[in-house]
Amino acid sequence: MKYSYYPGCTLRTKAKDLDAYARASAKALGFELEEIENWQCCGGVYPLGTDEIATKLSSVRALNEAKEKGQDLVTLCSACHHVIKRVNNDMKNNEDIRTRANNYMQLEQPYAGETNVLHFLEVLRDKVGFDQLKEKVVNPLTGKKIGAYYGCLLLRPGKVLGFDNPENPTIIEDFIRAIGATPVVYPYRNECCGGYISLKEKEMAKNMCDKIKDSAAGFGAEMLITACPLCMYNLNKSSETELPVYYFTELLAEALGVKEDAE
Amino acid sequence: MSSAKNQAEKIKEISGVNPLKCMKCGKCSASCPAFNEMDIKPHQFVSYVQNGDIEALANSKSLWKCLSCFACVERCPRDVQPGKLIDAARQLVVRQKGQTGLAPEEIPELLDPELPQQLLVSAFRRYRR
Repeated sequence: MKYSYYPGCTLRTKAKDLDAYARASAKALGFELEEIENWQCCGGVYPLGTDEIATKLSSVRALNEAKEKGQDLVTLCSACHHVIKRVNNDMKNNEDIRTRANNYMQLEQPYAGETNVLHFLEVLRDKVGFDQLKEKVVNPLTGKKIGAYYGCLLLRPGKVLGFDNPENPTIIEDFIRAIGATPVVYPYRNECCGGYISLKEKEMAKNMCDKIKDSAAGFGAEMLITACPLCMYNLNKSSETELPVYYFTELLAEALGVKEDAE
Repeated sequence: MSSAKNQAEKIKEISGVNPLKCMKCGKCSASCPAFNEMDIKPHQFVSYVQNGDIEALANSKSLWKCLSCFACVERCPRDVQPGKLIDAARQLVVRQKGQTGLAPEEIPELLDPELPQQLLVSAFRRYRR
């Protein structure tokens, strides 16, 4: 199976490992990530204003390229996924945004939200299947107690993201079980890490990240996993609580025995 | 800026939100992780727009404290979604010439070796035009 793939700016720079482990794992699981040519930064945050068009166009370009190839579009960074998924929803359901965005784009065929956007974790759950994944694990992470850190962007708003139950998600816990480890459910797993506030308001980000890490550690987690480079940065940088944070793809590559291929 | 009434209309237009649907349940403020940092709380934001008191909103600390975590958007039982109102009020401010919450000159001293690009593009997109 071949998918169009949108890595995003941070996966080319500070989060190269998030990307490399995903590519190696995809190969081991038998699907291909074909990077979109000339993709542009998604902007990091979804432009909420209904009159914001230009800021949505980089997503539309990526979505249309996947459409022209007849492929689903796979994302990995939580922020890119959030932005592209919501813009796709606008292109499908908001006539005003669709018309105005297409006026900029001048495509042969107007884009109207045809592309199916999948986060890498959704590919694992819905295309590969966690049972199949489990069978391909050669190096199970037996005994490791892992807390899933969902954050905001993959889950909310649930009606648009459709990723999982936004208040009581299970997809990352199911992933943790599939790689042989033990999930630790803790109350702050879908609370915000502070996001972009950490640029200027260090104290505010610290309060939020301390709560998340203390909550996870208090429930017995030995580590956290995330899909988001900004969550990773905030959790590591803003809190002094000792609790390592990994990208979920690193543990996936380790379990599949392909970690060295990515390095 | 134009008159208070026009500004309130503009916020409704940008956000696509009808604040009159609010039933004052307070779920948004109860859910907000930035509640303690805000001078005008998310549920009050709705009333300010209803009453056309936009000057106070534009000058509030809250404008720069919202994290876009969408907890209030997710949990609002009436689809009023205060996060969208706060964003629209911020847009009214940053779309004016010279108004910004983040200047490029501030960036060098905020950088550290691990800081991801995602943080910079997100902050720029939220805080300035």
